[in-house]
Amino acid sequence: MSYPGGQLSEEKVFKDPVHRYIHVRDKIIWDLIGTKEFQRLRRIKQLGTTYLTFHGAEHSRFNHSLGVYEIIRRIIDDVFVGREHWDHSERLLCLCAALLHDLGHGPFSHSFEKVFHLDHEDFTQAIILGDTEVHAVLKRMGDDFPQKVAEVIAKTYQNKLVVSLISSQIDADRMDYLLRDAYYTGVSYGNFDMERILRVMRPREDQVVIKRSGMHAVEDYIMSRYQMYWQVYFHPVTRSAEVILTKILHRAKTLHEEGYMFRTHPHHFYSLFTGQVMLHDYLKLDEAVILYYFQQWQDEKDEILRDLCRRFVHRRLFKYVEFSPTNEQMKKLMELTALFKKAGIDPDYYLVVDSSSDLPYDFYRPGEEGERLPIYLLMPNGEFRELSRESVLVDAISGKRRTDHKLYFPDDFLQDFSTKRTTKKKILEILEG
Amino acid sequence: MLTEHAKIVKAFAAAGEIVGRKKLQKMIYIAKKLNFPFYEKFDFHFYGPYSEELTWRIEELCNLGFLNEVKEKKGGYFQYRYTLTEAGADFLKHYDIHMPHLTECLQDMNEQNSRFLELVSTILYFDNFSKDAVKEKVFLVKSKQRYTEEEIEQAYRYIEQLRHKTEAPV
Repeated sequence: MSYPGGQLSEEKVFKDPVHRYIHVRDKIIWDLIGTKEFQRLRRIKQLGTTYLTFHGAEHSRFNHSLGVYEIIRRIIDDVFVGREHWDHSERLLCLCAALLHDLGHGPFSHSFEKVFHLDHEDFTQAIILGDTEVHAVLKRMGDDFPQKVAEVIAKTYQNKLVVSLISSQIDADRMDYLLRDAYYTGVSYGNFDMERILRVMRPREDQVVIKRSGMHAVEDYIMSRYQMYWQVYFHPVTRSAEVILTKILHRAKTLHEEGYMFRTHPHHFYSLFTGQVMLHDYLKLDEAVILYYFQQWQDEKDEILRDLCRRFVHRRLFKYVEFSPTNEQMKKLMELTALFKKAGIDPDYYLVVDSSSDLPYDFYRPGEEGERLPIYLLMPNGEFRELSRESVLVDAISGKRRTDHKLYFPDDFLQDFSTKRTTKKKILEILEG
Repeated sequence: MLTEHAKIVKAFAAAGEIVGRKKLQKMIYIAKKLNFPFYEKFDFHFYGPYSEELTWRIEELCNLGFLNEVKEKKGGYFQYRYTLTEAGADFLKHYDIHMPHLTECLQDMNEQNSRFLELVSTILYFDNFSKDAVKEKVFLVKSKQRYTEEEIEQAYRYIEQLRHKTEAPV
């Protein structure tokens, strides 16, 4: 199987702040990058609302996708080529899957997926297999090639080694986003020696394993995953923005269902509201479109939608307190819900519990047999050993998990004593504990 | 608020003790595919459908004292047992969660072994394929498990049996 045009006569390079250069030699990769579905990823931020906390986090899914491709290219061309267990005829399949693995992400996809019960992975499949420019490029390799790329990304492809390069507990996707997100947010936690990890990766029948001598580099990578979650991905201010964004979507959907007449009609949202999202509609969505509506809805008649959009656009976020849903705290939550209603503040939109499981992130866990595949070290005697059994550090952080729950609310509403003063004072007393 | 947590607690109230994380994952996935309203997102992994969101939720429920987790050494691995605690039962009292037939379905699944549930959940993951295509897929992606034709037929019959339970009058 080969692609018409094969390799480019001259290598193309993209400057990249994380990998320095991204090298493209294969024409299929160059053609895929030029498709409109891939170019759309430029208009979707990698970290959604995180830019409201870390102002540098404006990088897109386009950057990240190129980064994952580059890591896979280095693994295959510099480390795996010629080694036992590696089938080099899978090279282009791996590169295409790496480049396209996030193709179906939409704007602020985490909130959109929650509210409208969508899955970006379904859209990745639909773009690769549907009537799209990406599909047309992939098909030039052969009629079954788009299906194979889709299966690698869906993790259902028969060659598990290929799947594990793109998606496993130590894969190109995670390595790129940790380094990239750390770079753009400006934090120092995400750094680890990726070059070292790549050099000690070895292909085996079903997965990639790591030479024992590279264990310390992997420890750094595991620590980076842990730190980035708590310091960046689950940052409480980012979560506040996410809570507001989610509530805007809920409000707009509810208003539509109630027959409310929008001043700015949500044309781009109709298929989302009715649950009949066609690929054609989905591909029109990007962050510019969504933010346009949020700008416009600041002037809606509906007070809740108007207020939530103003909060999001002007970064007037909710405050938060720690919340542990014990029996006593649950009673307080019910009391707060009643008091919010009494104060004229709708608790469905303005009193929100957010949990760490609302943003699940796969920390390394050795798990139990058959739960999920762990990271294996390749010992000098040729045996495999699960990482946490060799590393005291990984064993320590993969033990009992830290979890977190917060209660979000609009402090400015509660501090406005011009109305319902007594009720608001009572609410603040409870919240301040 | 915290309704998705409450649904998982409800699952434990219905199923009783669940031994093994793998079994737990597959039980919730199968229940979801039977249209019980669980919203945890599942992906296909080496051992079939798996949800990171569910793993987190279980850890949160354990940390809150709503579930009791016991870690036991088994061969070269650890195995985990989960039971509902009194605090978990109290938490559930704050919610009115109505999921008819959940108890019968989960208790039935709880009596099966995790290898079989892995097969059932894998078949359900590919439920948009024809039966022949599913078989072919199972033999390809689960070649290490060496499932037989008979086991696959048995899994199909089991899925029908569970569907029948969900359709019984309340």
